[in-house]
Amino acid sequence: MSHPMPTTQQTEAIIMLDGVGKRFGDFHALKACSMLVHKGQKIVLCGPSGSGKSTLIRCINRLEEHDSGRIVVAGTELTRNMPDIAAVQSEIGMVFQQFNLFPHLTVLENLMLAPRLVRKMPRTQAREIAMHYLARVRIPEQADKFPVQLSGGQQQRVAIARALCMKPQIMLFDEPTSALDPEMIKEVLDVMTDLARDGMTMVVVTHEMGFARRIADLVVFMDAGEIVEQAPPAEFFGGARNARTQAFLQQILTH
Amino acid sequence: MLIAVSLPKIAGGVVLTLKLLVVSLLTGTLLGIGAALMRISGNRLLAWPSFAYSYVFRGTPMLVQLFIIYYGLSQFEWLRNSMVWPILREPFWCAVIALSLNCGAYSAEILRAAIRGVDQGLHEAGRALGLTTRQRFLFITTPIAVRLALPAYGNEMIGLLKGTALVSMIAMNDITGVARTIVAKTFAPYEIFIAAAIVYLSITWVIQHGIRLAELHFNRYIKK
Repeated sequence: MSHPMPTTQQTEAIIMLDGVGKRFGDFHALKACSMLVHKGQKIVLCGPSGSGKSTLIRCINRLEEHDSGRIVVAGTELTRNMPDIAAVQSEIGMVFQQFNLFPHLTVLENLMLAPRLVRKMPRTQAREIAMHYLARVRIPEQADKFPVQLSGGQQQRVAIARALCMKPQIMLFDEPTSALDPEMIKEVLDVMTDLARDGMTMVVVTHEMGFARRIADLVVFMDAGEIVEQAPPAEFFGGARNARTQAFLQQILTH
Repeated sequence: MLIAVSLPKIAGGVVLTLKLLVVSLLTGTLLGIGAALMRISGNRLLAWPSFAYSYVFRGTPMLVQLFIIYYGLSQFEWLRNSMVWPILREPFWCAVIALSLNCGAYSAEILRAAIRGVDQGLHEAGRALGLTTRQRFLFITTPIAVRLALPAYGNEMIGLLKGTALVSMIAMNDITGVARTIVAKTFAPYEIFIAAAIVYLSITWVIQHGIRLAELHFNRYIKK
């Protein structure tokens, strides 16, 4: 593949998880998860449902609070009662399974809202950036429509553009294609592939193993709240060592 | 025909009815917004009084509330000597207070339900984009909650309109008050009260129409 491997050993990690734990009541969602992500790296998180993948990436932008361990993102440690958590969050783009576009705003307004409110950007500039990213996700002609008027694939591409308008340092994807009809998955994955080629740091929760194989620098397998195995895709798909990983791969690749 | 003849006279009460409706609706809605915000604040010291307020005013007849305010409060010597007495002495203001408190109690519940009806995923999207709590409330929650609240709020407006008829019990000349006066003179309750009902129906029609226009405006992004 043509994308350059980052010089992982020298550069400082942009995301650092160290022994992260999280409970929901009695349910142990995350158990001592540790992971390093370097600038420009693409991580694919996979594992059975309920394994903690979503919880893990939601801790990275603090939609969930971790109970134990440390999380450092873009040089800032995430702690309880952070005075300026919104500033950290604005550096991390997130794409959700259910798109979560603001239904009362047009596509263009969806893209302009955060740059205007958070970055205090003038209207014309916000509009320019919004149109730029709409073109990049290949739907500039939909700018004045409301989200409900778009297909699922188009909505998800708008959601990706909306996150990009904040010029984030990191992009998180939480099962971005799971709510899509099969024929729309490719258009979203294509946009994500473009993004990966441009060097964006990405953490992607997905079951799209073809995408993982093509794009990932590292495939991370989770089960029951633990990071079971992390390896480059060739190694991961070629000969996973862990029995749980093997079982998962067999299920997902043969179905 | 008596209905047609009495209509213009009864229309004389429309001004007072509309005045009561508009003033009470405005203050009641403000009260309702305040009470709803207290309810969802997550602070028990704020949420509890708001809950008690809604509970008491929704759980008792408005006529009783009106009587308590108009007849009951004048029993207190210190109130009669206080600065608010010029207001509490006036039936109009007593009526406005009762109607507003009532409207506020119902609006609080309507708004609270509407705010809670806003998809949690949109909050998360707002947080992930770095919007502050305040920005999310103003630019995401509020516009969507207004749309969700509209149908129930329209009902509340019509309920309040009908509630204004109770002020005729404290000798005010609203639509119902005027109708009762005419009935006392003409002994024709059937025709006169039908005329009053027609006047109320036309106001209701205007309100319903207005709400429908507002709904069309807010629902433009829902339709395919």
